[in-house]
Amino acid sequence: MARALVNVPAKVKRGDVVEIKVLISHPMETGFRPDPNGKFYPRDILKSFACTYDGEHVFSAELFPAVSANPFFSFTVVATQTGVLTFSWTDDKDQTQVQTAKIEVE
Amino acid sequence: MNPAARIGGLALIAMLGAFAARAQIADADRKSGAAFMSAQTQEMQRDDGANPGMLAALDGESLWNARTGGAGKSCADCHGEAQTGMKGVAARYPAFNEASAAPIDLQGRINLCRQDQQKATPLAPESRDLLALSAFIGLQSRGMPTAPPDDPRLTPFRERGRALWSQRMGQLNFSCAQCHDDNWGKHLGSAPIPQAHANAYPIYRLEWQGMGLLQRRLRNCMSGVRAQAFPYGAQEFVELELFLAERARGMPVETPGVRP
Amino acid sequence: MQQDHPSEGASRRAVLTGAASAALIAVSPAARATMSEMDEAIRAFTKGAPIKQGGVKVDIPILLESGNSVPAVVSVESPMTPADHVVKVALFNEKNPLPQIAIFTFGPKSGRAWVSTRIRLSDSQKVVAVAQMSDGGFRMGMIEVIVTLPACAEER
Repeated sequence: MARALVNVPAKVKRGDVVEIKVLISHPMETGFRPDPNGKFYPRDILKSFACTYDGEHVFSAELFPAVSANPFFSFTVVATQTGVLTFSWTDDKDQTQVQTAKIEVE
Repeated sequence: MNPAARIGGLALIAMLGAFAARAQIADADRKSGAAFMSAQTQEMQRDDGANPGMLAALDGESLWNARTGGAGKSCADCHGEAQTGMKGVAARYPAFNEASAAPIDLQGRINLCRQDQQKATPLAPESRDLLALSAFIGLQSRGMPTAPPDDPRLTPFRERGRALWSQRMGQLNFSCAQCHDDNWGKHLGSAPIPQAHANAYPIYRLEWQGMGLLQRRLRNCMSGVRAQAFPYGAQEFVELELFLAERARGMPVETPGVRP
Repeated sequence: MQQDHPSEGASRRAVLTGAASAALIAVSPAARATMSEMDEAIRAFTKGAPIKQGGVKVDIPILLESGNSVPAVVSVESPMTPADHVVKVALFNEKNPLPQIAIFTFGPKSGRAWVSTRIRLSDSQKVVAVAQMSDGGFRMGMIEVIVTLPACAEER
């Protein structure tokens, strides 16, 4: 499925509000784009994205075709402990992909 | 010819001379296409965590290390770590290929390697894998100056590319030079006309919502002036690429670039 | 000529107007959200609750060089504590085929009610952000942007 680029600062101070960046490789085919025969290319989008921090919800999104190809999200999290950030996204066929990143809190 | 007509003719020649002299962009005035984009698009290129071209480069890294073809060899098996072995390589292409006695661009080189060394099928123009490998190899030259080889065998090909650059074509009857040498910095509609330096390919183009190589861009320009575009891989394109590399000599490689 | 053939001119105009309105009927319901469709989508999100203006900022460059990848930053003024935080922020548009863009969910752990993303805008239009607060109230902000087209026609 899709490849993703996750950007989490390697070392942060406790209590810092940290910026996370996620870039996911996906065409986000809208279902409104005509092919050369005038039919529409079938819709194929990521419909949701979520980020948890040691299992606790941080940020999530419900997505529509108006999200650009190769979806990009940047958001913040309060660094409370050394732990694991889990990113997951689900497409129209209900296939979910997961990627994790470690966050080290001093 | 009466004297007045002769004077008129001379004036026209003088004017064309001035036009031609103005056409070449002075080194100090050269600007990357990135200089003509919005601050947000510039930032998108600069930030590796936000540049979608980095996704292609990551795919390229996997391909670099993947064994393929009848020989079961990976690029890395011959070339080692791309971070060292491919440093500065993309900045030197197109280069002269002895076997065909003609210049080849980086994509031609990748496909020759696949055919001769890996015993694999060549990658199709603009295919995902060719874009990915090109982005990954190009990335190893990022920040280095564009450095086309000083190989006299390339000269006749590059000169044909230069001639093609100035040749009017299509129903609109425009040459590349008329927009990108003579009128850069002005606008077509609301879009600024850049100088068309090929120092960031493959690029992630917002308009395409994906990656593309220089030949895709050149084909787009040709259809823009309503000309019949050369097919992918045409000798004319490689010659244009050679000329463009010379024109951008010394400008830092930006691969993978982002462009509107 | 119009004096000579008034009926022909009139009928031709009628045909042209008829063709134009037929095209509009064919296009409008399926291919672009109308202002009322955006309003309806917003009402569905708030379940009809009143919305206060302000406190929500939609940051998009006003002149866009491509509608395919529009950098959008949305932020809401909030202390983001367990007692007082932003729960959701929904982004809407006026003229795309669908009025919704994305619905973001935050929590106290978010630290800030802030998100940066990239969206598609099919045309120059309004983009509206509606925030649902932890006390059940709603706030909104909006921006009007101009989407420009590339100068050169491209092969498809």
